[in-house]
Amino acid sequence: MHRFANPARFLRLANVALPWLAALAVLSLAAGLYLALFDSPPDYQQGDTVRIMYIHVPSAWMGMFCYTAMAAFSAMALIWKHPLADLLARATAPIGAAFTLICLVTGSLWGKPMWGTWWAWDARLTSMLILFFLYLGYMALANAFDDPGRGARASAILALVGFVNVPVIKWSVDWWNTLHQPASVIKMGGPAIDKSMLIPLLLMALGFQAYYFVVLILRARAEIAAAKIGTIRMAQVHAAGQGD
Amino acid sequence: MSRFAEIVRRDLRLALRQGSDSVMVVTFFVLTVVLFPFGIGPEANILARVAPGVLWVTALLASMLSLDRLFQADYEDGSLELLVLTPTPLELVVVAKVAAHWLTTGLPLLAAAPLLAVLLNLDGQGFAALLVTMLIGTPILSLVGAIGAALVLGARRGGVLVSLLILPLYVPVLIFGVGAIDAAIQGLAMRAHLLILAGILVAALPLAPWATSAALRQALE
Repeated sequence: MHRFANPARFLRLANVALPWLAALAVLSLAAGLYLALFDSPPDYQQGDTVRIMYIHVPSAWMGMFCYTAMAAFSAMALIWKHPLADLLARATAPIGAAFTLICLVTGSLWGKPMWGTWWAWDARLTSMLILFFLYLGYMALANAFDDPGRGARASAILALVGFVNVPVIKWSVDWWNTLHQPASVIKMGGPAIDKSMLIPLLLMALGFQAYYFVVLILRARAEIAAAKIGTIRMAQVHAAGQGD
Repeated sequence: MSRFAEIVRRDLRLALRQGSDSVMVVTFFVLTVVLFPFGIGPEANILARVAPGVLWVTALLASMLSLDRLFQADYEDGSLELLVLTPTPLELVVVAKVAAHWLTTGLPLLAAAPLLAVLLNLDGQGFAALLVTMLIGTPILSLVGAIGAALVLGARRGGVLVSLLILPLYVPVLIFGVGAIDAAIQGLAMRAHLLILAGILVAALPLAPWATSAALRQALE
């Protein structure tokens, strides 16, 4: 892992991986969307509204995955002081926040026909909303300091503190018997969902995951470029100052 | 241990000599609670229904408003650096400061809560539950709040930022605090809620000072 903490080596690897990841994202999203929207059966109770699931569930997974990744990158940044880990954690935050927001919005759209309400104060909905606020707090803290290094360290600690929420979300439906249905894909004794629905769901999840890595690499590349530009500018100012 | 007591005594003395802080927190608590009967109307049964939630939410906000004095003044006048340099573990210093913070905000809130509960017409069975949940819950607020207070040291608009960081983390305390009072009012067992609340306190007691010290160290780096 320490091998890839070098930004130049990371960039080389990322540039090779990027087209493959982008192709994987496009292909699996296209195949997943086709299967999800046209070639999977409507639910016997929910009818066609069940198709919201193919966006809702993968984005919920990604919301939690991104927070976990952010916390892991933050831990690496705090322990080994890799600047790249800092950068990846900061680049992950807006992506995770977007996935969480998509999850909340699609959940709300799905809740109206199914539960008869846009929003219920149920354990999983509430913990997901808190996750969204944690992302917002993280991003606000990272940008609140004049010294960017200070913001990176402070927000890394916050990401680790907020991580307590992730297991709460995962098991909220088991701990509290509420409106949201319990886990049906990842559970003991295999998934309780038919193959005709499981395959498009997993394809969508794969597509979302690949999309995350594509966006992460693009954001990381932009951040590294911005840091380089900053260094060059400083060097120019310094050189101009010495020339006088 | 004597150093621990010394830091608690120092912070208490500072809080008492500067005077108004504790009084301000309680005044905020009282005034905000008193706003609710104006806002939602004076019907006794509605007020009784919302009383646990109103009391807990306002206590939580009052406790949050006083967080800035936990480290801010020490950070500005440099005494925080000296506290970090003392041979006492920083975690212990943090626990001492949090204890002093609780004694000057949590305890006055606890004292004011029964009176406000009477004003809000809280059901008689809920009083004991209110006191017990606040006794367990307000130290959690101070402990978790200390993390936020330490993280925003030196930040722009730190006061607003701390609410964004800390309020999501306060939600579990609120849920189980109000849950226990509601259970007591309805004559159900409140043991489970109290046990979870106590569990959060037991987890926060070692972990929150640890995170707070990490935040303080990076603030002074």
